[in-house]
Amino acid sequence: MVDHLLYFLLAVAAFFSIGIFLCIFYFAVRYRRRSESEMPTPIEGSMSLEILWSVVPFGLTMIMFVWGANVFFTMSRPPDDAQQIYVVAKQWMWKLQHTEGQREINELHIPVGQAVKLTMTSEDVIHSFFVPAFRTKSDVLPGRYTTTWFTPTKPGKYHLFCAEFCGTNHSAMIGWIYAMEPQDYQAWLSGGVTGTLASSGEKLFQDLACANCHHLDDQGRCPILRNVFGSQVRLSDGTTIKADEAYIRESILNPSAKIVAGYQNIMPTFEGLVTEEGVLQLVEYIKSLSPKPGVLPPAATAAKPSKR
Amino acid sequence: MITAAAQEQATYLNESYGIKSWLLTKDHKRIALLYLGTITFFFFLGGIFATLIRIELLTPSGDLVSSETYNKLFTLHGVIMVFFFLIPSIPATLGNFFLPLMIGAKDLAFPRINLLSWYLLVIGGCFAMYAMLAGGVDTGWTFYVPYSTSYSNGYVIATGLGIFIAGFSSILTGLNFIVTVHRMRAPGMTWFRLPLFVWSNYATALIQVLGTPVLAITMVLLICERSLHIGIFDPARGGDPVLYQHLFWFYSHPAVYIMVLPGMGVISELVSTFSKKPIFGYKMIAFSSVAIAVLGFLVWGHHLFVAGQSVYAGLVFSFLSYFVAIPSAIKVFNWTATLYKGSISYATPMLYAFGFIGLFTMGGLTGLFVASLGIDVHVTDTYFVIAHFHYIMVGGTLMAYLGGLHYWWPKMTGRMYPEGFAKLSALTVFLGFNLTFFPQFILGYLGMPRRYHSYPDEFQVLHVMSTMGASVLAVGYAMPLVYFIWSLRYGAIAGPNPWGATGLEWKTASPPPTHNFDETPIVTTEAYDYAALEAAKVG
Repeated sequence: MVDHLLYFLLAVAAFFSIGIFLCIFYFAVRYRRRSESEMPTPIEGSMSLEILWSVVPFGLTMIMFVWGANVFFTMSRPPDDAQQIYVVAKQWMWKLQHTEGQREINELHIPVGQAVKLTMTSEDVIHSFFVPAFRTKSDVLPGRYTTTWFTPTKPGKYHLFCAEFCGTNHSAMIGWIYAMEPQDYQAWLSGGVTGTLASSGEKLFQDLACANCHHLDDQGRCPILRNVFGSQVRLSDGTTIKADEAYIRESILNPSAKIVAGYQNIMPTFEGLVTEEGVLQLVEYIKSLSPKPGVLPPAATAAKPSKR
Repeated sequence: MITAAAQEQATYLNESYGIKSWLLTKDHKRIALLYLGTITFFFFLGGIFATLIRIELLTPSGDLVSSETYNKLFTLHGVIMVFFFLIPSIPATLGNFFLPLMIGAKDLAFPRINLLSWYLLVIGGCFAMYAMLAGGVDTGWTFYVPYSTSYSNGYVIATGLGIFIAGFSSILTGLNFIVTVHRMRAPGMTWFRLPLFVWSNYATALIQVLGTPVLAITMVLLICERSLHIGIFDPARGGDPVLYQHLFWFYSHPAVYIMVLPGMGVISELVSTFSKKPIFGYKMIAFSSVAIAVLGFLVWGHHLFVAGQSVYAGLVFSFLSYFVAIPSAIKVFNWTATLYKGSISYATPMLYAFGFIGLFTMGGLTGLFVASLGIDVHVTDTYFVIAHFHYIMVGGTLMAYLGGLHYWWPKMTGRMYPEGFAKLSALTVFLGFNLTFFPQFILGYLGMPRRYHSYPDEFQVLHVMSTMGASVLAVGYAMPLVYFIWSLRYGAIAGPNPWGATGLEWKTASPPPTHNFDETPIVTTEAYDYAALEAAKVG
């Protein structure tokens, strides 16, 4: 997709550069100065030519714009059935977590033919997740989530680079993406795992004593978390907000920023008490409490907590 | 008018002697030479860093210097070349020297401010040099937060202060040019009789005055964030790192046009003079300079397509970026059309002009790639971007600067440079440049990220080509340094108008007297009127 657009741009660029080079070369030879006294006829300019060589390039650039924007839109919208991977970047390594519970460093195993959505954050400076073979790149920022997605089509081993300068060992912050046949991937997945990501999140939820106030099904001092993910939440200032990953993250680390209507601002901040990876586990746990109708992520069913 | 007696006439060079007569001069021509010396120093300093970078990249492993040193090398290369060479290059030397001469003025409007702006550049440069000698800075010339504010161990504050101070030098030069063009044109020198070099410097001055204060604010905030931890940019303190990128590029994208617009002005002069024809589409070229200056302020967000700004912001900035392509294309087409049925000389400045048009065209066209959202995601932060902006800044600005320097050297010094060596150096620079930077387009497309100290083996062949090109380029740049100095003593006497050019600067002696013109010139013809020049010679 990206490459077709690139070929179009290459063709346009080659046409104009070669055209201009040939013109310059031809004029420079054909009209070279033969005697110091020759006096060429002045030519003031030509409005019709000016219009021609403004309008034609403008038309071509607009094709580039629309085409490029179209590709970009597709790149920015992960499909609904994309498999979720969580990425935490730090100086100078990539930490990746699968919802099934596998955790990897500087390596990512994924099945071919399946869209993969990455939700990413950084523990320190800005990094950038760059897989040249997949034509994908997205900056990874501290304090917020960015996403990107891709669908590997051919099994193989692909470079993963950090593309945003991040300090001394920037060029060592590299890794490999292993795209595998689905059955190989399943075999890889089943090897040595203690529990799903959501179940790690649930454990953390208990350890941090979140459940003391956030009861799952009945009213506690704090909002009920079942089915909250993906829903519209009414806030105390009258506005509503969609409960997405970023909202959950903020509610954990900076709870007083957005208070749900009808509740008191009593939750303490968990900034410093829980790592970025932990936050992602909690997010995944809370996500698993709101299974999407239709597409049921396998992790969510597996991680469904027992009622208390 | 000008006779052989001109030789004994007082010139700006022999009017007074001694170091004080230079350091306290108010003559725009002497200040231009002070700038020339300063930026030549910075150019070769930045060049040494570039050389070390290229040698390091000969092999995939980082074996010549440590990663920390490598990071400092590319940071200092960028900082020195952008803020202390490219930004002042053409306006502060050639512009400073020739803008008053071309409009028939005795000096710039504010000679003392002009001197002050040179001192500010030197003071700013001293801060940057202090940072370099004290231990360097490793953030990249872009100083992205929160790395620069909270993680880097380099001398960020000293470097930032240096850039802050040098920025005022740029603002004052711009201010001086704007007032001079408005108020000091000779009788009969209407706006549409101005040489296009003046138009392009005028457009540049607008950006310098309007854009540079934003850089100053950004640098102050950066310094405050790093020293006082005020929490503007660092998310750990509630700040926004993308805000920094918006502020930085709000100046630094227009700054690209501060660097290249004056170069375009030089090329307009060269193409006309060495074709002996008025420039094709004078008004279109003049207005396109102003259009680029204005549109240049609206496109900064195309540096942030993958940085975390919204998809819709990306769309708007991509759309607007394509608008800048049009006035740039207009210039290239008009220069080419000027050659048609001309009387084309292959003098060295014209060779540089040909080089500029070719390389700028390629730099501009690859700009269309990075302005296209879908492509930019892949090639941004790779060697593709490096190659693209070096085609604009080195293939464009530096070629124009060297072309202009050769063109006006006889006027500045009264001596001709050796034409044979100069042609050889122009050719060497052109070939060396392409060998250095063309492979980098391919490297970037293949996925080689920028600012990498070590890299996977498969990229080595292209890196070796690039380093070979860089050594050719270094020879090409060293040659003019030698023969320009040689020509000061041994060059042929130039005479007032060695090229048969039309501008007012060629109607006074070479080198010009301190007050530029013996009597105020009165302009009666359009710019680039070669017939009138011929008629005056005969008459």
